[in-house]
Amino acid sequence: MLTKRIIPCLDVDRGRVVKGVKFFDHVDAGDPVAQARKYQEDGADELVFYDISASHEGRQIMADLVAQVMDEIFMPLTVGGGIRTLDDATRLIQAGAEKVSLNSAAVKNPTLIAEVARKFGRCATVLGLDANRVTKDGVETWEVFINGGRVGTGIRVMDWIKKAEELGAGEIVLNAMNADGTTAGYDIEMTAAVSDAVKIPVVASGGAGSPEHMLDVLTKGCADAALAASIFHFGTYSIGQVKEFLAGHGVSIRLI
Amino acid sequence: MSVAILDYGMANLRSVQKAFACVGSEAVIISRPEEIDRAERLVLPGVGAFRDAIATLRERNLAEAILRHINRGKLFLGICLGLQLLCDVGFEDGEHRGLGVIPGRCVRFDVDSALGLKVPHMGWNQLTARKESRLLADLPPGCSVYFVHGYHVVPADAAVIATETDYGRPFVSSIQRDNVMATQFHPEKSQRVGLKILANFAGM
Repeated sequence: MLTKRIIPCLDVDRGRVVKGVKFFDHVDAGDPVAQARKYQEDGADELVFYDISASHEGRQIMADLVAQVMDEIFMPLTVGGGIRTLDDATRLIQAGAEKVSLNSAAVKNPTLIAEVARKFGRCATVLGLDANRVTKDGVETWEVFINGGRVGTGIRVMDWIKKAEELGAGEIVLNAMNADGTTAGYDIEMTAAVSDAVKIPVVASGGAGSPEHMLDVLTKGCADAALAASIFHFGTYSIGQVKEFLAGHGVSIRLI
Repeated sequence: MSVAILDYGMANLRSVQKAFACVGSEAVIISRPEEIDRAERLVLPGVGAFRDAIATLRERNLAEAILRHINRGKLFLGICLGLQLLCDVGFEDGEHRGLGVIPGRCVRFDVDSALGLKVPHMGWNQLTARKESRLLADLPPGCSVYFVHGYHVVPADAAVIATETDYGRPFVSSIQRDNVMATQFHPEKSQRVGLKILANFAGM
């Protein structure tokens, strides 16, 4: 039986992890290689590196960094953030990334999804999606945001995910902005709606504060994977603790 | 030369190479037919589409070199698309003739979405042994490996099946016939279990 995936996400700026966890005194919290190695040992099922570098130089460092990490880490890595062109995606996949996550650039130029899927296959092509609940004139809609969640697009979440699936996305990472950073739990309703609407896997992101939240999103939220940043980075819970909890509640989980 | 990994422009080979290095085996990346002829152990990795991959192998005269390698009884390991390409025929974006090493077809997952099953089949799933295989020797029982694929192989002869994996129903997750071995999953992404499999191959 396919297990549900637990995925730590590391924000990387110019080659350094931002907000990395200090697992032990001897682990450099800013060093992506050390962090990735630690997460591998802890039983993470995949890793996500999210590039928050604003500069072109920062992006070049990211490709080099992926190569360096993949020399030591034998697990799938997805890279997201700032991928604008097929060349950007190619550089990261050639460096060893298993998948690339396309976000703002895919909204501005949807054919980018098709191009990446054509070259590297659907399995390597992830749609990253910042979604927010927006209420206007008393009516709530779920809207796609771009540029790090700063700019609304007027595009409806449910329309965009179906289009992205048609274009060749093989997975969706749904980041619910309304829940992100709250540690109050994932947006269960939105995750379930998205997961039900597409035939490709859905990774829930935004809001994880406890193992119970992950249980909810993997069961009621119908997510195929749960992504989290701060609860792992700050050491609130280890991957192992989360997985033990989920397995104890009947979720199919890979234990190491 | 212990292990040769074939580069035909379809995959990141570095992670496969580094995984072999991690288990103490030097692996070289090769790209020409004559290099295949000199190889003792050949690894055919692969991501991407069946059609492009088989076309590239034929254009560069690599397909016949792979068949020569296999027919000489030398060790062969296919990974993911490298397994699928062994079939007679693949049905990704039309119908395409494969290498024909393992009689059978490569077909898209036909899973019941009512069960909440998604395609691609992506993530960690368990292996159930169907026969003894040196490639999979000494693995922990019920161990999980990493899969990412939308298509799977259906061999004509069930005797080649080394393991099956359950996704709504069982599908073939690895095969072995004499010197020919191939996995649908990615050993190079499967942490400790995957490294053990690569060590087994390098140690044969």
